Amino acid sequence: MADTAIPPRTAPPNTIELDRVVIRFAGDSGDGMQLTGDRFTESSAIFGNDLSTLPDFPAEIRAPAGTLAGVSAFQVHISDHDILTPGDNPSVLVAMNPAALRANLKDVAPAGTIIVNSDSFDERALAKAGYVSNPLEDGTLKDFTVYEIPMTSITLEAVKPSGTKPRDAERSKNLFALGVISWMYTRPVETTIAWIEAKFAKNEMVKTANVLAFKAGYNFGETAELFESNYIVKPAALEPGEYTNVSGNTALAWGLVAAGQLAKLPLFLGSYPITPASDILHELSKHKNFGVRTVQAEDEIAGIGAALGASYGGSLGVTTTSGPGIDLKTETIGLAVNLELPLVIIDIQRGGPSTGLPTKTEQADLLQAMFGRHGEAPVPIVAPDTPGDCFFAAIEAARIAVKYRTPVFLLSDGYLANGAEPWKIPDVDSLPDISVDFATAPNHTRADGGEEFWPYLRDAETLARPWAVPGTPGLEHRIGGLEKADGAGTVSYDPANHEKMVHLRVDKIAGIARDIPLVEVDDPDGDAELLVLGWGSTYGAIAAGLRRVRLQGHHVAHAHLRHLNPFPANLGEVLRRYRTVLVPEMNLGQLSTLVRARFLVDAKGLNKMSGQPFRAGEIERAVLDLLSADAPAAASDSKGN
Amino acid sequence: MTDVAVPVTTKKDWTSDQEIRWCPGCGDYSILTAVQMLMPELGARREDTVFISGIGCSSRFPYYMDTYGVHSIHGRAPALATGLAVSRPDLHVWVITGDGDALSIGGNHLLHALRRNVDITILLFNNQIYGLTKGQYSPTSETGKVTKSTPFGSLDHPYNPVSLALGAEASFVARTHDMDRKHMMATFKRAYEHKGAALVEVYQNCNVFNDGAFEAILTKDNRPRMLINLVHGEPIRFGAEGERGVVVTAEGARIVDVADVGEDALAIHDETRPDPSVAFALSRLSDGPTSPTPIGVFRAVERPDYGSMVNQQVRHASEQKGPGDLAALLSSGATWTVTGS
Repeated sequence: MADTAIPPRTAPPNTIELDRVVIRFAGDSGDGMQLTGDRFTESSAIFGNDLSTLPDFPAEIRAPAGTLAGVSAFQVHISDHDILTPGDNPSVLVAMNPAALRANLKDVAPAGTIIVNSDSFDERALAKAGYVSNPLEDGTLKDFTVYEIPMTSITLEAVKPSGTKPRDAERSKNLFALGVISWMYTRPVETTIAWIEAKFAKNEMVKTANVLAFKAGYNFGETAELFESNYIVKPAALEPGEYTNVSGNTALAWGLVAAGQLAKLPLFLGSYPITPASDILHELSKHKNFGVRTVQAEDEIAGIGAALGASYGGSLGVTTTSGPGIDLKTETIGLAVNLELPLVIIDIQRGGPSTGLPTKTEQADLLQAMFGRHGEAPVPIVAPDTPGDCFFAAIEAARIAVKYRTPVFLLSDGYLANGAEPWKIPDVDSLPDISVDFATAPNHTRADGGEEFWPYLRDAETLARPWAVPGTPGLEHRIGGLEKADGAGTVSYDPANHEKMVHLRVDKIAGIARDIPLVEVDDPDGDAELLVLGWGSTYGAIAAGLRRVRLQGHHVAHAHLRHLNPFPANLGEVLRRYRTVLVPEMNLGQLSTLVRARFLVDAKGLNKMSGQPFRAGEIERAVLDLLSADAPAAASDSKGN
Repeated sequence: MTDVAVPVTTKKDWTSDQEIRWCPGCGDYSILTAVQMLMPELGARREDTVFISGIGCSSRFPYYMDTYGVHSIHGRAPALATGLAVSRPDLHVWVITGDGDALSIGGNHLLHALRRNVDITILLFNNQIYGLTKGQYSPTSETGKVTKSTPFGSLDHPYNPVSLALGAEASFVARTHDMDRKHMMATFKRAYEHKGAALVEVYQNCNVFNDGAFEAILTKDNRPRMLINLVHGEPIRFGAEGERGVVVTAEGARIVDVADVGEDALAIHDETRPDPSVAFALSRLSDGPTSPTPIGVFRAVERPDYGSMVNQQVRHASEQKGPGDLAALLSSGATWTVTGS
């Protein structure tokens, strides 16, 4: 092993400093690209870069090897300054086979770098990827800097001392690739070696092989005279504090744990596995020492049913799912609206309709969350805008649910769920107390002077009904899906009562607008005439796109909605302040439909339905187009900037 | 919840002030009375008692009990009850359901509540018809039944709810009927005392849409020769003189004349057999309430209940890791410190 030891790091003769780089790892879905990308991300996070990631993988666990459909990719954007997106176009593509090259080449930035596993470019693999001639030889890549590295054969040779069979040994080639890239971008190696040793601790042979492959890759970069230089992306100047790297789903799960603590209620999750939401179930099931109970139910309906049953008993009931699961839970959400019990419904949106694109992102469940129930059944909606923000959004959803005794939607999406970013760990003591009191005593005096409990006697301010949990003597009562008499809560078919109850339920949700922040507008110059209004995961792309537009001298404003029902109280006034309102969404115009209907504002949509998040460049282009349409002269002036 | 003394209550304490809306003559009345009369006998507490129902005539039941109650949505009562029972093991959770609610739209939830052994007591009112929607055939209606939705006779093969529950390895399965309050109360009491999921099928007459469905076995005259009363530890026999009985062989259970086989050949009923096969064989003796039909407790075995196990894991995790520390959780991954420059 002496020959594969990492030599002490001397300053490489030619280290070039970069302010940012976007790297995409691509290979077969069995090649371990997600693991490789994750690890590179983690070591960059520890190194102190700001970063943003975009995993992109097929729905099949092992799609046919070597085909375009089977390509799994992981893109990471690292930088020495604050960044907002995983980057539009990778400046470096690592392609483990011809299919990975073919599927990703169109995205590589002009004059970008391509690193290929040349061993995999045989005739059969080329044919599977649909290449009639070898792109390494036919000039396809002439505009790029290409490094051909026989990764498979070097890996096989390097891991021999571990005694691994060749077939298994080949599987370490992703660690070889990670080693090469770690050298290229001057990543710390010790933490990655320690990570490999811990991750594969149970299998000595695999552990040894992976460490050998990683070191071989790193040393290959150092010694092969292939690369003229390597690069360094210095740590970003982030706000001081303690940081960790979180994905949206992890942050969301932690937010739910926190919400249980802050509400002083046991957390109960009823859920059914579904992509891309299952990781929340996995994460929460680890934290039983917080009093968290998780039930993997027999179906989506039972998942939410159990959560609602637990809420009735005084838990913070939560259900997690994606669009198809929401379809199934819909009837129970309506019941929760009628029972007026707290319930947090997490929808990690994915491409639809039906099974659609399970592993791809979309924001097309907004109108479903808003209106997707029979009858007048309003439900508050909150949406996180970054992976780390999922933590705070979960607490906010729970706050509204327990305070107003209502189901609340949290709309995340596949991009936030699997994307990761450095997250400044909040001071636990700064988090809000969201606890509420259970009812403990009768609240109504009968004509005969007797005391009794009325389950639908509302709080004058919030219109919330009392939450009386079973086990409380003297407050026995019955609730159900049938319409209830205002106050007494007994079954009522009275027409005037129904009309009143419909309005009370609607007013209760509308009144939450008094209890949420006004929408803030980012309008640095204060004189913009164009407002970009977004919600949810488009935050990063919109903010990055507008940065570029502003650098070109234009004045544009950005508002981003955390609350979609009710809207912040000032939204109408804000929208009317701007001549043009652009609403970028990963749907066909759901928020723009809502604001047009609600505020009679001629909002324009920028809509993307490819299963991929917006790129900053797409926002930039759309905004520039609108600006030039609005003011042709000004636009032509700025073109050359 | 606060003291251990058995509360003294009467039927009246368990009766809510709501006017009962079932049709006059409905079998549901006698089941309600049996439950309301049983509660004082059980020494149960109103505040710790919850009735959860789905949708259908039977599912109005919680409104008439002066306890906690939820009239939920069609078929989903076992799902709500699971969440409540798991998170509140101090409560006694009852599920009130019917043949359409439990076996048609809610079939999945029933099976899973039984297999998980959630600590709930399920009373399944089986009247072999949809009552609330005014008379369509149900999953327990006999094949060929002419109803509003099957003018030429239904083509569906019916379920036997007891067989179904035994197939799901329910830990407690019993059958009773609305014509015998004493038997109902005794059976409900056994179900109440069972730790884990208990299913009681209650043959219940719908006098409007399916009147007399159980007449062949339940009229006073017919009962001796048509009801096979299962008694734990006793030979299985029935008939006015005990002249008929049941033998169980590798081929299943069959009805015999005691005179033909001799008393020693009769099966001895054992509720506690770990394997549900013999209980299943007994449930197959009749394929509808028209031939001799077993009633009583088919199976009562001990198996850890789901909620206890969930809560055991929660306690165990707290003992092992200590109570949750939020700040530690948020710093549980790799962390780094950024200092001001």
